Amino acid sequence: MILDLHHFVQEGRPLWDELDALLLRLETGGKRACLDLEEAKRLHYLYQRASADLARVMTFAAEPEIRAHLESLVGRAYGEVHRHRRTDDRWAVWRWFVAGFPGAFRRRLGSFWMAVVATIAGAAFGAGAVLFDPEAKPVLLPFDHLLGNPADRVAEEERDGGSDGAMHATFSASLMTHNIRVAILTLALGITWGFGTLVIIFYNGVILGAVVADYIAAGQTTFLVGWLLPHGSVEIPAFLIAGQAGLVLGGALIGRGDRAPMVERLRSAGPDLATLIGGVAVLLVWAGIVESFLSQYHEPVLPYAAKITFGAVQLTLLAAFLILSGRRGTLLTARRGGAGA
Amino acid sequence: MRDERINRVRVRTPEGVVFTFPLAGPVTRCIAWVLDSIAVATATSVVSFVLVWFALVSFDFTLAALTVLFFVISTGYTMAFEYFWRGQTPGKRVMRLRVVDAAGMALTPGQVVVRNLVRVVDELPVLYLVGGIAMMVSRRAQRLGDLAAGTIVVRHRPVFEPDLEALIHGKYNSLREAPHLAARLRQRVPPVLAAAAVDALVRREQLDPDARVALFGELAQALRGLVSFPPEIVAELPDEVFVRNVVEIVHTRPATAGMRGSTAR
Repeated sequence: MILDLHHFVQEGRPLWDELDALLLRLETGGKRACLDLEEAKRLHYLYQRASADLARVMTFAAEPEIRAHLESLVGRAYGEVHRHRRTDDRWAVWRWFVAGFPGAFRRRLGSFWMAVVATIAGAAFGAGAVLFDPEAKPVLLPFDHLLGNPADRVAEEERDGGSDGAMHATFSASLMTHNIRVAILTLALGITWGFGTLVIIFYNGVILGAVVADYIAAGQTTFLVGWLLPHGSVEIPAFLIAGQAGLVLGGALIGRGDRAPMVERLRSAGPDLATLIGGVAVLLVWAGIVESFLSQYHEPVLPYAAKITFGAVQLTLLAAFLILSGRRGTLLTARRGGAGA
Repeated sequence: MRDERINRVRVRTPEGVVFTFPLAGPVTRCIAWVLDSIAVATATSVVSFVLVWFALVSFDFTLAALTVLFFVISTGYTMAFEYFWRGQTPGKRVMRLRVVDAAGMALTPGQVVVRNLVRVVDELPVLYLVGGIAMMVSRRAQRLGDLAAGTIVVRHRPVFEPDLEALIHGKYNSLREAPHLAARLRQRVPPVLAAAAVDALVRREQLDPDARVALFGELAQALRGLVSFPPEIVAELPDEVFVRNVVEIVHTRPATAGMRGSTAR
C-alpha cells in the first residue's frame, strides 16, 4: 500500500507544526521553559502522533523528505520525553556543594588515594633530586622566585612583610584561572586511560617535594609552613581531587572489574566528574583569594603562628567537610531505599 | 541502538518506532566552532569595553575582573548554551547541529560539563588536531569529549516543504482512464520505487539531458512491468510523463469518494 501523501501531510502538518513550536519553546527558553501538566500531556500526545506518523511513512511511503522531517521531530521530542536528568534539585547550588560534592568525593575515594600516592611518589622524587643533586633544582622548579637561596628570599620577604603594594586582586584572579585551567587539564587527561592525569599529579608532587626539601634543608621550615599552609591546605587537596576526577574518567574507560559496557561506565561516572571538578573550581577560587591576600604577607606584618593556625584549622575543616558533609542525607536516602526494597 | 551506517545513528524508541539521526560531519562542526569563537570574541570585547572605564576607579580590580570574566566566558560559553539550549550553541543552531546523548536522549548537566572540559585535550596540539583525528576514527564521529560524555552531535534537517503538488497536479493523467488498473498500480508499487520516482521528478531539472532520459527510461521500465495498461493509454506516453502519472496515482487520493477506502490511511 502507498500512503496518500497529500492527505497525510494535510492532516499531520498542524500537529507537527504544533510539536515543532512546543519543542522550539523548550529548546530556546532555558530553565524558564517549564510545561504545565496540560502542556506536558499535549507534548506527549504530539510526540506519540509524530512517532505513529513516522512509522506509517516508513512502512507505506519511504518518502525521504517527510521521513527526514518526522525523524528530526521525533528525535527532538524523544530527547525531551525520555531523559536521564533526574531533578534540578541536584543543581541547586547550595545542596550541590554541601552534599553532592563531598558525596561524589567519598564515592570515588579509591581514585583519590591513588592520586595521593602518585603525589607522594612525585614529592619523594623531587625532594630526593634536590637534596642529592642541587643542579636538578633549575630543571625541576620553573619559577624564578624559587631558584635562589631560600634564606635570601625569606630575608627579602620579611623586610617589607610581603605588603609591597602588589596588585593583589589581579594576582588572585590569575592564580584562580590558572589553577582551574590546570585542574581541568588534569581531569581531561583522564581520557588517556588516566596516564596523562598521573603524569600531571606526579609532576605536581615533584615540584612540591623539591620546594619543601629545599626550604627545610635551608632551615626555613617555619616560613615555608606559614607561606604554604594557608592556601596549600585547600589548593593541594583541590589538585588531588582534580586528579581523582581524571582517574575516575580513566577508570571508567579501562573498566577493570566492571562488566558494564564502556558507554554505561562513562555515563555513570559523568555526574561525579562534573561534581568533582565543580567543587575543585570552588576550592581553587578560595585558595586563590587566600594565596593573594594572606599567604603573601609574612612577619612582621602577619605572625607565622597565625598563618599556620589558619592553615591548620582550614585543613581540618576541609577534611571534616569532605568526610562528613551530606552524609546524613545519604544515609537517610539509603535507609528509605532499604525500607522500600 | 546500533550504528546503521557511518554517518547515521539509529534509535529504537520504547514505542517501537525507529528513527535515525544524521551525524554532523567535521566541516559543519568546524564552521559552528568558528561562529562560536566569533561570538566569544565579540562578548569578551564588549565586556572589555564596558569594564575598561572602571579602571579609572581601580586598575587592580578591573584587571582582576577582566581576567575572571574572560575565563568564565571562554570556558562557560559552550557549557551554558548547551545546557540551557538543549545541546545547542548559537553556532550549532545556525548550522542546525545539536549535541544529544548517544542514546538519543537529552543531555544531562554532567554530560555537558564533561564533554566541554575534555575539549582541552581535543584542542591539542593546535586547532583540534586530536579531536579531529578522534572524529575520523570514531564510528559516530565523536571527539574525545563526546566519547567521555557519551554524546554525539547530530544534524537536524530543515523544515520540510513538500513540493509534490507543483510537480504533478493540474495535469491530465491518462492512467486515470483505467481506474481499476490505477488502483492495482497503487497496490503493487513498492514504496522504495515510488520514492525513487518522486526524487527523480524533484531533481529532473538538475540532470543532464542524457542522464534524465536514461533515468526516466529505467524507472518507466520498472513501473510498466507492474501493471499492464491498455496500449492506447500508454503507447504514446514519454517515459517521464508516464513516471509522473504513476507518482500522481500512487501518492494522491483519487477524486472519487469511492476510491478512498483503498488508500493506506
